[in-house]
Amino acid sequence: MAYLIIQALNGLFSAALLFLIASGLTLAFGVMRIVNIAHGSFYMLGVYVAYTVLTRTGSLLLGAVVAVATVAAVGLLVQRLFLRRFAAQPLAEMMMTMGFALFFRDAALMIWGGDPFTLTTPAALAGSMEAGEIVFPWYRLFVIAVAALVGVGLWIVNDRTLIGARVRATVDDPEMAAATGINVARLSGGVFAAGAGLAAFGGVMGGPILGGYAGMDFDLLPLAFVVVIVGGMGSLKGAVVGAIVVGMIDNFGKALVPELSYFTLFAPMVLVLALKPTGLYGRA
Amino acid sequence: MAERRAVYIRWRLPLLALLATFLVVGPPFLSAYWVGLLTQIVILAMLAMSLDLLLGYTGLPSLGHAAFFGVAAYGVGVLSTTYHAGFWASAAAGFFTGTILASLLGLIVSHVRDVYFLMITLALGMVLWGLSYRWIPVTGGDNGISGIPRLEALVGLPVTGPLPFYYVALLVFAVCSALMAVLVRSPFGLTLRGIRENEPRMRSLGFNTWLHCYVSYVLSAAFASVSGVMWAYYNGFVSPTYLDLTASSELFLMVTLGGPATLVGPVLGAGAIVLLKNVMSAYTARWLLILGIVYIMTILWAPQGLWNLGRRRDLKVESAKFKVRK
Repeated sequence: MAYLIIQALNGLFSAALLFLIASGLTLAFGVMRIVNIAHGSFYMLGVYVAYTVLTRTGSLLLGAVVAVATVAAVGLLVQRLFLRRFAAQPLAEMMMTMGFALFFRDAALMIWGGDPFTLTTPAALAGSMEAGEIVFPWYRLFVIAVAALVGVGLWIVNDRTLIGARVRATVDDPEMAAATGINVARLSGGVFAAGAGLAAFGGVMGGPILGGYAGMDFDLLPLAFVVVIVGGMGSLKGAVVGAIVVGMIDNFGKALVPELSYFTLFAPMVLVLALKPTGLYGRA
Repeated sequence: MAERRAVYIRWRLPLLALLATFLVVGPPFLSAYWVGLLTQIVILAMLAMSLDLLLGYTGLPSLGHAAFFGVAAYGVGVLSTTYHAGFWASAAAGFFTGTILASLLGLIVSHVRDVYFLMITLALGMVLWGLSYRWIPVTGGDNGISGIPRLEALVGLPVTGPLPFYYVALLVFAVCSALMAVLVRSPFGLTLRGIRENEPRMRSLGFNTWLHCYVSYVLSAAFASVSGVMWAYYNGFVSPTYLDLTASSELFLMVTLGGPATLVGPVLGAGAIVLLKNVMSAYTARWLLILGIVYIMTILWAPQGLWNLGRRRDLKVESAKFKVRK
């Protein structure tokens, strides 16, 4: 029983990270119809930037702030200078982000080298929670809580503010949204940058446990895509549900049949696609 | 229009003839290194053409196409090393593993279009990559499978060296490309183009568009499997990198760079990428950085592909298809 609860908590931890990464992916997809292959690179760059700041200053919080700001700025530049002129050409945009993914991967290897590392866990969050037989690290619980807070924050922005209304309108119908005076190009830039920042934040949050290593960018990307496909492309609610489903399945899959990890994701994806090709909360 | 056609014939046909002649008579005068590169080009060109059936002619952008290539190679690897099967059994196993897999996955993906197709094939490709990477008892994991016997030894060819294999690969390439060329000019191929341009219209004309997309997907995977079988025998080795995302996207680049919906374009694209990769890696270890820049430059300056240069206007119609469909 204790084993099951611990595995479920681990699954929630994976789900928390996946949500941070997939929410940006799904929102950018909703607004721009872009399949962003470079999203994993933003996640990777977040960890590397935070690592640099952390080794200089020793503060994970400062590292997180700098990483999110830097990567969001990189995302904005990529969107403004390169992706914007290919609006409404998903294939060209995808190829472009693929180019950037390879570029960032090699650039990171060049700058930071290929040695794996982990970010140090803040002292306040070291140690484990103990409740009867269940022992679970505080830091993982903290990440789950933070992701939940981010989720609530995103939901408030998306559902209760003018910016959120504009985003939702653009997801529904970009042309009509533009016709009502919404600056879709600027909105796309903002959403893309925010998504990049969120991915970087996810990287920093996972940093003390998963760390940084060469090839990490393409490691998490398939999981994030499966989250978006299962949850429905462009839907924030879908990202929450998808992240929990994928996080749980991936975690239990890895614990029970380690040699079939990744492959265990196949079943939920096929099931959802067969029953509802647009994903749980997606619209056609 | 007539004038444009004349321009097309003026430089494309002689260039094509020149390339074909070179592929046939050139290699005996080249060093083993260059024959090896040409063999790679010929095999990967087959793969790129198979993606062109799907991406260029049917308008279904698959970002997991290397999966069939890789799975077929694994089929050869497993059968010829673990089970010590002969050449024909191994080759058939590779071919049918890839094709049957596609006929199953095709049931899932043939419903979706455009960006959704892109994303779902990407995820399926990554799932298969994960399987090849983690299913260590069968696939050998990261180490892959080595020790696939040489083709020459299997069929008892008396000559050694890279030339016999090159000509076998060239023959397979010639047969496959002829089949694909016939296919895209057949009524079936024309229907695929119709679906690419306007699927609702084709459906209202009475075509079963789902079935056409499905058959196109399976056929393209079948050609990819042939290429995978050849690749396994060329390298004598199979590894998860054959079917990872980088492989699938490199393939995508070959088609886009060369020119989609031309069949010749992807061959040029494959040639350009293989040559660039090998020449550049002699000078620098930063190959991925350069490849990334090639992607970006291709999209910025030659989005219609090399083989379509000067045919910008015709292609506008074709690329209109890639716009967001509501």
